[in-house]
Amino acid sequence: MFAYLVRRLFLMLVTLFGISIVIFFLLRIVPGNIVDILFAAAGYVDPADKADLEKALGIDQPLILQYWHWISGFLRGDFGYSYVSEKPALQEILPRIPITARLAGLALLFSASIGIPLGVISAVKQGSRIDYALRVVSLSGLSLPSFWLGLLVLTASVALFGEMPIFNPNPQSFGEAFATYCIPAMVVGFRSSALTMRITRSSMLEVLRQDYIRTARAKGASDAAVNYRHALKNAILPVITVIGIEAAFLIGGLIVTETVFNIPGVARFLVEAIRWRDYPIVQNLVMLIAIVVVSANFIVDMLYAVFDPRIRYTD
Amino acid sequence: MRSVWALAATAALSLLAFSTTTLAGEPKQGGILRMYHRDSPANASILEGATYSVNVPFMGVFNNLVIYDQHIAQNSPDTLRPELAESWSWSGDNKKLTFKLRQGVKWHDGKPFTSADVKCTFDLLMGKSQQKLRQNPRKAWYSEVNDVTPNGDFEVSFDLKRPQPSMLAMLASGYTPIYPCHVSPADMRTHPIGTGPYKFVEFKANESIKLTKNPDYWKKGLPYLDGIEYTIIPNRSTAILAFVAGKFDMTFPTHITIPLLKDIKSQAPNAVCVVEPTNVSTNIIVNSSSAPFDNIDVRRAMSLALDRKAFVDILFEGQADVGGTMLPPPQGIWGMPKDKLETIPGYGPDVNANREEAKKLMQKAGYGPDKHLAVKVSTRNLAEYRDPAVILIDQLKSIYIDGELDVVETANWFPKVARKDYMIGLNLTGNSVDDPDQSFYENYSCGSERNYTNYCNKEIEKLFDVQSQEIDIGKRKQMVWDIDKKLQEDVARPIIFHARAGTCWQPYVKGITIMSNSSYNGFRYEDVWLDK
Repeated sequence: MFAYLVRRLFLMLVTLFGISIVIFFLLRIVPGNIVDILFAAAGYVDPADKADLEKALGIDQPLILQYWHWISGFLRGDFGYSYVSEKPALQEILPRIPITARLAGLALLFSASIGIPLGVISAVKQGSRIDYALRVVSLSGLSLPSFWLGLLVLTASVALFGEMPIFNPNPQSFGEAFATYCIPAMVVGFRSSALTMRITRSSMLEVLRQDYIRTARAKGASDAAVNYRHALKNAILPVITVIGIEAAFLIGGLIVTETVFNIPGVARFLVEAIRWRDYPIVQNLVMLIAIVVVSANFIVDMLYAVFDPRIRYTD
Repeated sequence: MRSVWALAATAALSLLAFSTTTLAGEPKQGGILRMYHRDSPANASILEGATYSVNVPFMGVFNNLVIYDQHIAQNSPDTLRPELAESWSWSGDNKKLTFKLRQGVKWHDGKPFTSADVKCTFDLLMGKSQQKLRQNPRKAWYSEVNDVTPNGDFEVSFDLKRPQPSMLAMLASGYTPIYPCHVSPADMRTHPIGTGPYKFVEFKANESIKLTKNPDYWKKGLPYLDGIEYTIIPNRSTAILAFVAGKFDMTFPTHITIPLLKDIKSQAPNAVCVVEPTNVSTNIIVNSSSAPFDNIDVRRAMSLALDRKAFVDILFEGQADVGGTMLPPPQGIWGMPKDKLETIPGYGPDVNANREEAKKLMQKAGYGPDKHLAVKVSTRNLAEYRDPAVILIDQLKSIYIDGELDVVETANWFPKVARKDYMIGLNLTGNSVDDPDQSFYENYSCGSERNYTNYCNKEIEKLFDVQSQEIDIGKRKQMVWDIDKKLQEDVARPIIFHARAGTCWQPYVKGITIMSNSSYNGFRYEDVWLDK
């Protein structure tokens, strides 16, 4: 188990180093920089003014030097200054993290708490009306783009209740807190709950056909005990994998949801920063997201070992 | 006798009704004006900004020397009002403009305002000071200013190289606030200090901008509002739904397209909505430095092929204006009258006849039904650019030009235009003041940084200078019309249309006037109030 843990940790560090290089150079490959954008907004191009600003921001230096400045600063916790707001990058990023973390956590919770039980029901009731109904719901979850679903929810709220569940930084009541976080979380979690449900269903169907399930039933175990204690425990590994992957993909859905619900989280902030080519914000934020995703995968790997003893023994 | 009593009762009721109306019309103090903002501006410094995304929220923080009357929609030389200057006067040779400054005005940090602040502001703008603006997009406005000289603490003179009556127009723009000497340009980007009716509280990028009432404002009793809060909502659908749901008192000014305005009026029938020209023209930039557009016949054919009315009907349901470089009347002060405009090739009402003429010119240049000209129509990846570009491509087909849309991200647009890496471009040009000097020198003057097509006509350049020095408005107008006509005939930058856009507010918001010939000058909001 120790060797398994050390190996996974080492792989995690190598991955992060690779990501840092990819982020840094991909950003530089994209045409245009902050100075181009500032001058584009002003509608004029004065080469001398541009050169002065590029020098002031340090983006005229060789790329290797720029990379070294960034990565050494990142390791020391010095994230530099945003090119746009001219405030410390960390000061810009930190207040937004809890908002997105809360939203992502709620979305994952919604996805798992809806997707897993419905997946089990669908598998156990295979071929029934309820199975068909759930499969239609899951298919619609996979097909509906979250921005469209978000706009539908907003439009329906205004049309039916004359209210609008957009972000409120200081919710005063449960209703406002629900509108601020839970509705957007459900919108973004709907797709992922559909995926979780389908994976749970197929995995359960496979397990439910195993001999030991038949044996358990023959021995008189209750349906609940067979389905949840024996079958689900063995069917859950692929579901955990999917939830781990979804945690990484969630950031994509959150960008759209944060935009539609006007939530000032890191996902929307990241898109804005990319639009402005605000390198200190983008590099540091993507690196932080990469750390979260790689850590989530690390945790999933550890969970594999917990749920499946064969993994810790063979590794 | 009965009729006398009835008359008296009627008179009493009328008096009561009149007094109630008067009371309802009296401004009330207090309340926060809640507005959404269309995007997150780069910073809070108006002098460095080049978009009204900066002017709208931050104009209330500052004062100018002079300002356009905030309650007359059309900016004109007649609507100039003193602000930090109490009065102004021109010297006999019209080369010296002297302002007497208001005394007792304080910056938001308590320091006194003096003529030194005016000098510092214009030294910054002219690039003469030690401190530099990170960007200085309107440096060219002051190219005819020799120096700004304080005469004591409360008088300041602008020494001009030659008479330039438009100087006052530029000083009255929302783009020309007076900055304090004692605050650096870098600090002004993050925490602006002004003398205006509202103090800056905070600007959270992509989130919100907050202003609060300046209790020491030099105009006693103003502002009426306790503050203004802008919530940044880049998604237009979300923003408009939020306005309809009553989350906001007002939409972002001139942010509503004509089709969306209908939605608002159907969902929020009590909302007050106005549609005004934005003084932003949609135009074509042509790379005339290389074939085939180095041929004036091909450029003229392209201009003749335009069906401007079709653009206006499709994109604005008929609510936009056709004109030359200057915004057409009645909202525009300097635009050509319709009868003069229609004498310009391509502006006549018979589109088919124009296109027949265009086809002949194309055939003369070697193109025809069997040999089409393939071009890329480049434009920015924004709806207000893309949509007219698509219509343009469709119209060019009628004269043997096969266009292909080439959408370019904002970051790459101006570098691409600057290195002449395009054939035809569809461009938008905003005019912050309705004055020919601003428009002509910025967009058509030889060597101007914003003259993207490098159009250069020395004869026209001389005419720019002549009109610029003319004091008589009537005479100047005639000169401007002639220049504008010549620019269109030269296909310098064919103007397709001048856009209009809508603004809506809840019925209890009072004192809002949307400017009809500029989108940059009407956001002081010192006497806006809420009738709640």
